Amino acid sequence: MSSTNLETILEGRRSQPHQLIEVLQDVQDVYGYIPKDVMGTVAKELGVPLMEVFRAARFYKAFTLKPRGKNVITICTGTACHVRGSNLLIDQVQGQLRVKPGDTTADGLFTVECVNCVGACALGPVVVQNGSYSNHMTPGKLRKAIDKVKREKKEESPHA
Amino acid sequence: MPKIKQAGDLETLQRKIRKAQKKFPKTITICGGTGCQASKAGEVIEKIREVIPKQAFGKDVYIRSTGCHGFCEQGPIMVLEPGNILYCHVTTEDIEEIVAKTIRRGEVIERLLYTDPVSGNKKVKEKDIPFYLAQDRRLLNYNRLVDPGNIDDYIAIGGYMALAKTLGSIKPEAVIEEINASGLRGRGGGGFPTGHKWTECREEPVDEKYVICNADEGDPGAYMDRCLLEGNPHLVIEGLLIGAWAVGARQGYIYVRKEYPLAVKNAKFAIEQARKYGLLGENIFGSGFSFDLEVARGGGAFVCGESTALMASVEGKVGEPRPKDIHTAKEGLWNKPTVLNNVETWANVPSIMLNGASWFAAKGTQGSKGTKIFALTGQVKNTGLVEVAMGTSLHNIVFDIGGGSKNGKAIKAVQTGGPSGGCLPASHFQLPVDFDTLSAAGSMMGSGGMVVMDEGTCMVDVAKYFLNFLQDESCGKCVPCRLGVERMLEIVTDITEGRGTAEHINLLEDLAETVGETSLCGLGKTAPNPVLSTLRYFQDEYMAHINEKHCPAGVCKALIQYAVAAEKCNGCGSCKRACPHGAITGEKKQVHVIDFEACRKCGICIGECKPGAIMVN
Repeated sequence: MSSTNLETILEGRRSQPHQLIEVLQDVQDVYGYIPKDVMGTVAKELGVPLMEVFRAARFYKAFTLKPRGKNVITICTGTACHVRGSNLLIDQVQGQLRVKPGDTTADGLFTVECVNCVGACALGPVVVQNGSYSNHMTPGKLRKAIDKVKREKKEESPHA
Repeated sequence: MPKIKQAGDLETLQRKIRKAQKKFPKTITICGGTGCQASKAGEVIEKIREVIPKQAFGKDVYIRSTGCHGFCEQGPIMVLEPGNILYCHVTTEDIEEIVAKTIRRGEVIERLLYTDPVSGNKKVKEKDIPFYLAQDRRLLNYNRLVDPGNIDDYIAIGGYMALAKTLGSIKPEAVIEEINASGLRGRGGGGFPTGHKWTECREEPVDEKYVICNADEGDPGAYMDRCLLEGNPHLVIEGLLIGAWAVGARQGYIYVRKEYPLAVKNAKFAIEQARKYGLLGENIFGSGFSFDLEVARGGGAFVCGESTALMASVEGKVGEPRPKDIHTAKEGLWNKPTVLNNVETWANVPSIMLNGASWFAAKGTQGSKGTKIFALTGQVKNTGLVEVAMGTSLHNIVFDIGGGSKNGKAIKAVQTGGPSGGCLPASHFQLPVDFDTLSAAGSMMGSGGMVVMDEGTCMVDVAKYFLNFLQDESCGKCVPCRLGVERMLEIVTDITEGRGTAEHINLLEDLAETVGETSLCGLGKTAPNPVLSTLRYFQDEYMAHINEKHCPAGVCKALIQYAVAAEKCNGCGSCKRACPHGAITGEKKQVHVIDFEACRKCGICIGECKPGAIMVN
């Protein structure tokens, strides 16, 4: 399945080194991270040294080299969110899930990320959960949102 | 869809669209920008599209989902015509009632109206709301008239007419002359005269040239470029087309940060639509001028807002800046002459060409012409996008438009210009906001972020926040920025954690000077600003941290301690449930206790405690 995906991503972009970032963006979207073997293929197909692909994948915040969890919780830490207490949200998540921003829980259910600004500054603090924005977030609301996902997971597989 | 081959075709099309729109006596406009979508505007729009067609009068109503109106705090926002009625915080449950009462019978629903937080009065009409009244919305006003997914809306309000006029009758040199005469300066932060950049690029005797729109709005706390590109992408495209004609470029790029998915989507869609109409591609308006555009997505690196780093990124490389002895207008993208302007700068171009340089220059101050959009956020009542003439005072923006303090605490500072800017104290609020005044006061216009801070904000913590941000975002290429910012962060961290000494202040100032003078690119050169400006205006706060080991705002964790006031605690247990660190113990209906060892001083319990029993010492 993954090779077809990669095929589609590379279509029309082969041997064009300047497409590297765009290709990596699509790889990140489709796979949820940048797998090692995909970096090799991308390097070969675009005609970019593997080292450069790896550098780009490490340099830009949009790319991760580790697989992400089922639910991605992104906390905006822009200035406007910061002065309205986004650090409380980070504390909440760290305390509740026992992971630091950038990491994934052992069960693979949650990844916690911080982002510099999502541009919804008037409504801060903002949290994005799997692409859906929530405004005026409080630690309490966030705790309930995380609990809800955990509950749903339990209901899905009651014996797990 | 027939292609527009000449200016006359555009006029015919415009007449046709306007006639078709006139058939609808009623219009519902709903803001579908990122801000309102965070307030569930998507569901509201869906519900309206479901309810209206079922009504007998359904065919009389035109439903328009637009980009950001700027009044994000009140979202989702709905404006109903005729009557200019504005409803705020609209939910799906309100729709049936709005349709039955307001749309059908013209009755106003009191509950959904905006309440002015200053006077407490309800306002029926959008145009009577103080937030809008005090503004001068030359650019933002279009957003409420245009569905970003529908090029026809843009053509109906006169879109692409400036392009038709330019390609038809104005020579490239004359275009640049007009831009020069208007006094337009780059809205991305630097404030470089746009016309100069264009002249430099025009004069290069090279065939291959580029224009780029910088929509990598990395300043945390700023989102006007997102709003413009997302809400009115054709305005930006038209600006780019005129710029490309002026400098002689055939290819352009819009570099958008990936954190703005809606802006990426709308820009891509708008480019496709413009191509279908023949407004992008070969021989535009039969003038022989050809131009095309592509969207490049940024990868979430703040340094890529810097011109040379951005161009490296478009080339598919790591976004590291290079020395700028040679301007990018001479050697930019792929070493070809390139004009790079930000979204708001490009968006100003069409109206300058249509209305003339003197129309544009009629607003503003001696050195800064036109209007500027600011993202007013933080601790004020009305947060959102504010467009005012250059030279408007900070006081006007914060108090007249912003409505003053949000939660009763006194406002003490405004942070402008993001991580490159600085904090200005309330005593400087009479300053007119323009490029030169802000720089002289130790801050910077930046791209237009304006974060209002009150007594609950610690200015040393703010300096630490920005240093932390900059240290994280420094690309690491040059030493002063890589190590200097890190060292400054260490010192400020020491101060916030009670290890500060009096010598630290001098050391910080020395470091700031070195980093500012010797860094390679703008990121490093301006990195000391947040520290220098807080030192300049809020040195007493630094001294309180250093001498008394006390954080006046009660923010710096190492200097505060949490405790439960026994006389106020009712033993409800909500703090115990909320504490993510398990630091609170206590039986039901008994006074609870905080374990100092386990307490991480996150402050979550304060928000949860209804009787207000948790104190910060």
